Amino acid sequence: MSADPTQVLAFETDCHIFDGCGFPAPGLHSFLFEPLWGDADSNLYFNKTMLLALLGSVIIVGFFWAAFRKPKLVPGKLQMVAEAGYDFVRRGIVYETIGKKDGEKYVPLMVSLFFVIWMMNLWSIIPVAQFPVTAIISYPAALAGIVYILWVVLTFKKHGFVGAFKNFTGYDKSLGGVLPLSMTIEFFSNLLVRPFTHAVRLFANMFAGHTLLLLFTIASWYLLNGIGFAYAGVSFVMVIVMTAFELFIQAVQAYVFVLLACSYVQGALAKGH
Amino acid sequence: MNPLVQLAAEEAENPLIPPIPELVIGLIAFVIVFGFLAKKLLPNINKVLEERREAIEGGIEKADAAQTEAQSVLEQYKAQLAEARHEAARLRQEAQEQGAVILQEMRAEGQRQREEIVAAGHAQIEADRKAAASALRQDVGKLATDLAGKLVGESLEDHARQSGTVDRFLDELEAKAEAVR
Repeated sequence: MSADPTQVLAFETDCHIFDGCGFPAPGLHSFLFEPLWGDADSNLYFNKTMLLALLGSVIIVGFFWAAFRKPKLVPGKLQMVAEAGYDFVRRGIVYETIGKKDGEKYVPLMVSLFFVIWMMNLWSIIPVAQFPVTAIISYPAALAGIVYILWVVLTFKKHGFVGAFKNFTGYDKSLGGVLPLSMTIEFFSNLLVRPFTHAVRLFANMFAGHTLLLLFTIASWYLLNGIGFAYAGVSFVMVIVMTAFELFIQAVQAYVFVLLACSYVQGALAKGH
Repeated sequence: MNPLVQLAAEEAENPLIPPIPELVIGLIAFVIVFGFLAKKLLPNINKVLEERREAIEGGIEKADAAQTEAQSVLEQYKAQLAEARHEAARLRQEAQEQGAVILQEMRAEGQRQREEIVAAGHAQIEADRKAAASALRQDVGKLATDLAGKLVGESLEDHARQSGTVDRFLDELEAKAEAVR
């Protein structure tokens, strides 16, 4: 293995078009990182995405610590910004889906989820880091897992064993003969597919976004030779456009993830079907 | 073949299979944020938001109270003003009535005085006339008897006085004058 673990760029820098080397297209290998510490085979290592994930947490906590440690009745600029973010999740997502009375309890969870995901996504366009942590399935899976466990536990707590089973399977007598089929589908859809799609939706969006950014970035560099300069310019414009688009998608995906989490919790708290 | 592609060929596996260490770090990253936010920072800001809400609502309540008070004071003033107007109207009315009564009284008084004066004048004139008539009657009688005496040559004065001839004559004259009138 000759890969340099400290290498920042995801491609070879001395390869250009007409030089006789092929286009170093981005691929799955773009999402693999050599450990900064430890051994990849031992499951005991520390790599770039872990560093970014933990650094992101530190940044979020630092931001809210600075804003909310000693909050004032008349907020300063930082507190105002933080309050706007907090209020967006609290009112805009939690109260809207779960309701104010039942939702209050889940506000800290949803706020944390939103900002953790957003921060992990944001790493995608932050210079030097430039990798969306959520494009590694483990991170969305961990967060979706928390929501999933919360949802299952809440459903059992709220409806008891039989009620929860009815809730999971969408039991509805009026369906008549189709009921067994409908229950089977609902059971798989809710208990097995739902957590998977919840995690993959976020993962796939960020994965694809990062691949696109990589593609245009690498192309911009690769085309810098002869007539390729003109095409490199076009490609670089695409890099800028896609970066702006990613900025938007990052926020949207964080929003969607939390919105779905809220609607799952709401479904668990709601009266039986 | 560049080393990265080689690496990919060696290690690329299904990207949907989550590596465990990343999973653990992901959970830790979340728990760090959740711990700080849920235990300390969000309760902090919630308290302040609640205080702010109360401050704003308190302000609104104060403003409401002030408005209510202003309204009641305004009504009080209006009532007082209306009362004052009413009172003024009443006084004016009274004054008018009193003025009318006084005028009436003064007129009556004037009338009365005028009548008194006129009556006194009439009485005076009557008295004067009577006095003049009686004096005239005496004088006429005396002149007539004197003249008759001179004509007859003796004094008829005492006789005429005794018999009342003159008076009778004059009465007859008066009666004639009355009849002519």
